[in-house]
Amino acid sequence: MKIVVCVKQVPDTKGGVKFKPDGTLDRAAMLTIMNPDDKAGLEAALRIKDETGAEVTVVTMGLPKAEEVLREAMAMGADKGILVTDRVLGGADTWATSTTIAGALRNIDYDLIITGRQAIDGDTAQVGPQIAEHLDLPLISYAQDIKVEGDSVIVQRQYDDRYHVLKAKMPCVITALSELNEPRYMTPGGIFDAYDAEITTWGRKDLKDVDDSNLGLAGSPTQIAKASDKVRKGKGVMMTAETAEEGVEYIMDKLLTKHVI
Amino acid sequence: MDFTLSKKHEMARQLFKEFAENEVKPLAQEVDETEHFPEETVAKMQKLGFMGIPVPKEYGGQGCDPLTYIMCVEELSKVCGTTGVIVSAHTSLCADPILTYGTEEQKQKYLVPLAKGEKLGAFGLTEPGAGTDAQGVQTKAVLDGDEWVLNGSKCFITNGSYADYYIIIAITSVDTDARGRKKKKFSAFIVEKGTPGFTFGTKEKKMGIRGSATYELIFQDCRIPKENLLGPMGKGFAIAMHTLDGGRIGIAAQALGIAEGALDATIAYVKERKQFGRAIAAQQNTQFQLANMATQVEAAKLLVYKAAMAKATQRVYSVEAAKAKLFAAETAMDVTTKCVQLLGGYGYIREYDVERMMRDAKITEIYEGTSEVQRMVISGNLLK
Repeated sequence: MKIVVCVKQVPDTKGGVKFKPDGTLDRAAMLTIMNPDDKAGLEAALRIKDETGAEVTVVTMGLPKAEEVLREAMAMGADKGILVTDRVLGGADTWATSTTIAGALRNIDYDLIITGRQAIDGDTAQVGPQIAEHLDLPLISYAQDIKVEGDSVIVQRQYDDRYHVLKAKMPCVITALSELNEPRYMTPGGIFDAYDAEITTWGRKDLKDVDDSNLGLAGSPTQIAKASDKVRKGKGVMMTAETAEEGVEYIMDKLLTKHVI
Repeated sequence: MDFTLSKKHEMARQLFKEFAENEVKPLAQEVDETEHFPEETVAKMQKLGFMGIPVPKEYGGQGCDPLTYIMCVEELSKVCGTTGVIVSAHTSLCADPILTYGTEEQKQKYLVPLAKGEKLGAFGLTEPGAGTDAQGVQTKAVLDGDEWVLNGSKCFITNGSYADYYIIIAITSVDTDARGRKKKKFSAFIVEKGTPGFTFGTKEKKMGIRGSATYELIFQDCRIPKENLLGPMGKGFAIAMHTLDGGRIGIAAQALGIAEGALDATIAYVKERKQFGRAIAAQQNTQFQLANMATQVEAAKLLVYKAAMAKATQRVYSVEAAKAKLFAAETAMDVTTKCVQLLGGYGYIREYDVERMMRDAKITEIYEGTSEVQRMVISGNLLK
């Protein structure tokens, strides 16, 4: 069995989000990590590998520096790493990104493709489903549990208040939630091996069946006008109501004043 | 000369840091308070290969270098000195001498499970009458047929009772030199827990590293197979000294980690703590103290890393190890004491980690060769 896991190197938002004066993310000023949903997807793949001996290949698209997440994935136990990097691919939105990754995936054999649900920098949750569309594969998104049974996968798809159990024949695409599992640590020897291993690097010329008009900044229908950090909420007001009626009246009054109701 | 770490060492540090923060730090206070040997953490470290970092892969290890191992002890010790010394004693004092002096059979039988994390190791040289004067060892081993018979006791043994394999130094003969003076000859042995005649005495109650199990080992007609002699007969003292050279780099890393941990905690505290209407970080005394401490810590780190690199490339590294341990241990004691002072009353309270770190730091000036022994090694080399 062959599993491909798509991962993304993202800014670590734990240390705060930093912006350039033009309002775009200052990626150079922030530490980077493997996107948490992707890491859970990788862990799910590695657990399948532990059970079945599946081969796990990690794929990422990004700057040359993004090979760090491939090394990290290999230090956790992935077998191979593929970095898709090229100047002409830069500035890609979700459409151009999924087109690029699909173009790379057409070169390799797979039974299962796992991506994270969404990346913590863009929060779009679009790339995984788009890859499935490009490759004409069934998709199960928001996976909170993944099991392999014969030539099928059985996945719990998360909803707000319930989950659906879905079965799909492989090959297919699954998007994973960070709640799926607790990703394993790397091992010291795994790190040394990962740095000794070859990373396959592909550029534009290695992508299969893609059109230049769908790649890079020029091929991106979405343009980011401005990014901003979360708006910090004010401190809030404390009031002590003598009776429930008084409390309700106070809240209703506030909601009416603010035109909420 | 390049002082930047390679990318793989940076990634290894990140791993150790994450593990220490997530798995070790939350238990550190309780481990200290209850003198609890952190078996659950040891089991996790065993699974992740932390117990065989510098051991070659063919012997079940991770195939990394001494620097990677040292960074592991450093990062663990930043949050818990107890956890740092468990790894150090196991790796430097038990796995390393078997790797260096063991026969192929001994490596397969003992080193592989130690490095894979299936077994825990310890080392026994110190006795009630043999501390800095290691020649004062009284424990004897006598060959009887196909077995060595051990009699005597060892004290202050780290990982005692929890370890499965013990490297034990014992007298195997007493020679008389040309001038009629008696000279003891020592040999090293591998002894398994559970061997009849091998029992554990008192568990020591300590000032610091309280979760580390420090036990007395007792040998009463303890019979071990003849093939458990480690290294050449009569070379036990040299084996012990060489083993301690490596061990000292581990303890130096522990000391370095304790100093760094205390400094980190203090930097965070002084930014928050307000006196006279402003954060105490705004006081020049605080700033100068922090500057001095950061400089000491950096100097200690360079000595410790240099010693680790020397172990990777040189046959003899006694002086590098002695300098690293001397300076890192004294830095740990000095820095933690000053950190407690900067925290004032809160520094004296157990809820704040620097109190524990100051108690943990003291032992680094004492075990695996006191600071005075390190000075003897360093000056002995200067004056030879």
